[in-house]
Amino acid sequence: MSLFSKNFFYLILRFFPVLLLFFLVLGDFTFSFHAKKLVTFNLVYVVIYFWVLKKPEMMSYGLVFLAGIINDIVTGFPIGISSIDYLFLCGIASYIRNITLRSSLINDWLAFIPAVLIVNSTHYAILNIFFNIEINHYYLLLSSIFTFCLYPLVGIIFNQIFNLINPRSND
Amino acid sequence: METSRDDFIIAVRSAFLKKGAAQRFSLLALIIISFILLSLDFFKFKPIDLFRSFTKDLIYRGSFIASLPFKSVNSSIIIIKDHFILYENYEKIKKELNLIKTEKRESKFLKTQNKELKNAIKDTLKQEKESIVAKVLLDKKSPFLKSVVINKGTKTNLKKGMAVLHRGNMIGRIVEVNYLSSRVLLLSDLNSKIPVKIEPSGDNAIVSGAGNNIGTLLFLPKKSMIEVENLVFTSGTDGIFNEGIPVGKIIKLEDNFFVEFFEDLNQLNYVNIIKYEEEKN
Repeated sequence: MSLFSKNFFYLILRFFPVLLLFFLVLGDFTFSFHAKKLVTFNLVYVVIYFWVLKKPEMMSYGLVFLAGIINDIVTGFPIGISSIDYLFLCGIASYIRNITLRSSLINDWLAFIPAVLIVNSTHYAILNIFFNIEINHYYLLLSSIFTFCLYPLVGIIFNQIFNLINPRSND
Repeated sequence: METSRDDFIIAVRSAFLKKGAAQRFSLLALIIISFILLSLDFFKFKPIDLFRSFTKDLIYRGSFIASLPFKSVNSSIIIIKDHFILYENYEKIKKELNLIKTEKRESKFLKTQNKELKNAIKDTLKQEKESIVAKVLLDKKSPFLKSVVINKGTKTNLKKGMAVLHRGNMIGRIVEVNYLSSRVLLLSDLNSKIPVKIEPSGDNAIVSGAGNNIGTLLFLPKKSMIEVENLVFTSGTDGIFNEGIPVGKIIKLEDNFFVEFFEDLNQLNYVNIIKYEEEKN
């Protein structure tokens, strides 16, 4: 592999989480998608939580904030609501990172339950109380459950990418 | 006990206040900014409307470009599916065509009769109906908010509240207008409430979205005489929509009446917007 393509590959890997985040919020395909109106999950949450927990240097809070603004504009929610969701998630991930000595996928996964529940509850409360926007709480609960279930699968893939970026890390 | 509480406070403080490695902003500062932005939306702060409208136009276009590859994959899948059910569709359409031909003859008679009756009661109230075609830029299939973004805005004199149609059937109304784009709240959204009239019983009701292609009937009279397959039209009682725009037909699920919308709200490419003018005497 030439030096240029090697550097380019590394650059893509280096910005992979941020590129993926913006790709997900900008595209009108949705990975908070619904098959048969039942399976609905939010891949953006997994991306933010995983990378803030594993390597916060690669997931700048400023960019997470911006991604939230873009998501609100694309989906039509009041501007600022997704930013609050995403930043709360960053805060929880950062807190878990601070209190954990040795992280493992299972521990991170279990800590993801309260994280998703807190974030979705905040989301629901703000929209319902202040903006009088009705949200189907059944879908929201399903979304929380499926997002939680999705975490290990996506986590394994992200771990491989993480190991490519940090070959010496054993996490 | 004291130590563990201190540890908790230190960890929370570190998470929310410390900038950390390669972070330019603290989380708390960004959360405060987000709340400020949210309150600007809540209080409908006018001076930033122009800026907001411009930003939205820009992001909608960016999002449209970003989603092009997925859109082309989706349309290819639909084309392939259509090829597989070609003969089945042909037979179905043939039957429907015969039915429509019969109904058209009846409708022609009713139209003439209606015109004559209107003349008889000297109905001078006329509404100017002008329709424009718009392309659907974004259709984020969120399970929480059912809306689409179209490529027409205030530049083409669109206003909030205008009815949006697809193949002559009602699909939603405009809820946000920017200079070059607008957002249409679909009938299937939980927040969509449309006044309707059910024919032939003539009962008035409100159709509310339920997140899918079936709407809920609200405020239906208790002694209503509606039946399955009755047709639902806009009633025009809100003073914004024209009356008589087809919405759907009545279906019965678990002993309750619902409205099945005529249009599949997940398959929209081009839509018509009915522009309205003030009533002239």
